Amino acid sequence: MASVTYDEATRFYPGANEPAVDRLSIDVADGEFLVLVGPSGSGKSTALRMLAGLEDVDEGAIRIGDKDVTSLPPRDRDIAMVFQSYALYPHMTVAQNMGFALEQAKVPKDQRAKRIRDAAKILDIEPFLDRKPKALSGGQRQRVAMGRAIVREPQVFLMDEPLSNLDAKLRVSTRSQIAALQTRLGVTTVYVTHDQVEAMTMGDRVAVLRDGILQQVATPLELYQRPANAFVAGFIGSPAMNIREFPVIDGKARIGELDLPLSREEVEALARDGDDKVLLGFRPESIDLVTRGEGFPVEVRLVEELGADAYLHGQIVGAEHVESDVADIVTRVDPGRPPSIGSTVYVRVQPGKEHAFSPKTGLRLG
Amino acid sequence: MAVATTPKTTAERAAAARRRGRGRKVSGGSVAIGIAAWVVGLLFFAPVLWMFLTGFKQEAQASTDPPTFFFTPTLDQYRAILDRSFAPYFINSLTASVLSTIFVIILATPAAYALSIARIPKWRDGLFFFMSTRMMPAVASILPLYIIAKNIGMLDNITFLSLIYTAMNLPIAVWMIRSFLIELPKEVLEAARVDGARLFTEMRRIILPMIAPGLAATALICFIFAWNEFFFAVSLTATQAATVPVFLVGFITSEGLFWARLSAASTMAVLPVIIAGWIAQKWLVRGLSLGAVK
Repeated sequence: MASVTYDEATRFYPGANEPAVDRLSIDVADGEFLVLVGPSGSGKSTALRMLAGLEDVDEGAIRIGDKDVTSLPPRDRDIAMVFQSYALYPHMTVAQNMGFALEQAKVPKDQRAKRIRDAAKILDIEPFLDRKPKALSGGQRQRVAMGRAIVREPQVFLMDEPLSNLDAKLRVSTRSQIAALQTRLGVTTVYVTHDQVEAMTMGDRVAVLRDGILQQVATPLELYQRPANAFVAGFIGSPAMNIREFPVIDGKARIGELDLPLSREEVEALARDGDDKVLLGFRPESIDLVTRGEGFPVEVRLVEELGADAYLHGQIVGAEHVESDVADIVTRVDPGRPPSIGSTVYVRVQPGKEHAFSPKTGLRLG
Repeated sequence: MAVATTPKTTAERAAAARRRGRGRKVSGGSVAIGIAAWVVGLLFFAPVLWMFLTGFKQEAQASTDPPTFFFTPTLDQYRAILDRSFAPYFINSLTASVLSTIFVIILATPAAYALSIARIPKWRDGLFFFMSTRMMPAVASILPLYIIAKNIGMLDNITFLSLIYTAMNLPIAVWMIRSFLIELPKEVLEAARVDGARLFTEMRRIILPMIAPGLAATALICFIFAWNEFFFAVSLTATQAATVPVFLVGFITSEGLFWARLSAASTMAVLPVIIAGWIAQKWLVRGLSLGAVK
């Protein structure tokens, strides 16, 4: 078991002028489950591959425990990796797949067999040990890939979107199994995903990347409650947070017909930058329907009914519209009494649940 | 609803589906294609069949006009060939083909690896260089090769001929094996590296088993090219190292052609290739379509 440290780690792909990963610094504690999340092209997979030794580190360093592994080949890093495509050896049986790394590490044959059996038992793949990967279902292959990793008892698990090839239902159950397994084994894990639900449910901490730059690394709840910038705010949470620019008059943001007072810190920060606008975000679940006069009016454009929830997509009446067809606010409403399309409702952001960001930098104010 | 309106058992419905399926298969277009395939196939096979039959005729029946279709088969021609010591030629051919094929596979696999998976700088130029060695006609190289062979005392030597065949087939093999290596999923090789495999282990335990069908196809093609090679064999060998194609030409003499004997000898000459092809058949189809079918 060991900690993992990215120290200003940077990777330039050959021929590229922009780094794929730019001065990434993260400390992953011993036994921690860290999720790297971001849209495609954010550098999350590259960051993982740098830790694996499959990608060069052009600047900075990566340490596993106290050992500087920056220029070590993958085989000398004591890591195990689960690939998105599982990358099973097609010509080997499940047992051979799982035993290959042990064989390379010169583990005696009887020990090898025992460890393979134990791992297979944990993952419920004992009946398939003599089968080739071709004869397994997607979910079984995924478990073999996991088995190949845990049988090694490595310092660090690296997982590169291991669930993205599973169907939706299996993904949800496997998600909790992996999280439980990681807690049980206590092995430091770095997990890459583009799915923010996976990130929120699995990680002890989540690192959000964008264009190769770390945006924020925090616990899931902190990311949700105090996103460091507008990008994180929009990326974490589903449906996404409503983020729009509103004019600021006398320390209040003007939302349609309603004035929303900003905190003193927020107003001061805006004044420093000379902004007369503010980027405000509020989550669909932080908005209440109220009676006329208590909130700002929203014209209902669409209602999505999901059974347990319903989401209203609407336009703020009286606000400047960039594109008239795009709904500019999404709010959660009572699925029992959804408002009708075309009607006007009044909504209010729950006090203190708004997030203010600088319109220039996107950084959180206050 | 569907159950209520079709009071049939599942087995009956399955049978009906099979009938419909069969009906669809036999369309006019596919019949025409099938017939065309057979006609073309027989057309290509006819000369080989004629050669095979002629080998069992007497010399007088072999070159009649109109051709003789019905005759009493005889083994006289085969007997005569074996009397003329066919065996040394056969062994020479086998030695040169097998040796050169082994050399080619051993040399081409690492070369292809360096041109596909672990790409060396200027790998495109490397690939072009390999191909360019085949652009010069063989005739243009025979004089220097002859002089070199003579100077190092390797004229009429089967090892030298094997080396020539190795050089001749190497570019094709590098290109073929490279095409199989490119198709390998990169992540599997990365998994092996993370699992602790060094280059040699990665090659032997992961890459070679995965491209085995492709290697079989490559080896067969190299074997056939070497087995049928005539120009270098006739130019660089005399009595010691002469191969089967050289032996066959011996039947074309100034006294005339011995059609029946030539046919019998040719039949014996193509036999190893057919056997090798038949053994490799299963692998060959997979090898030649490797990557196309995932």
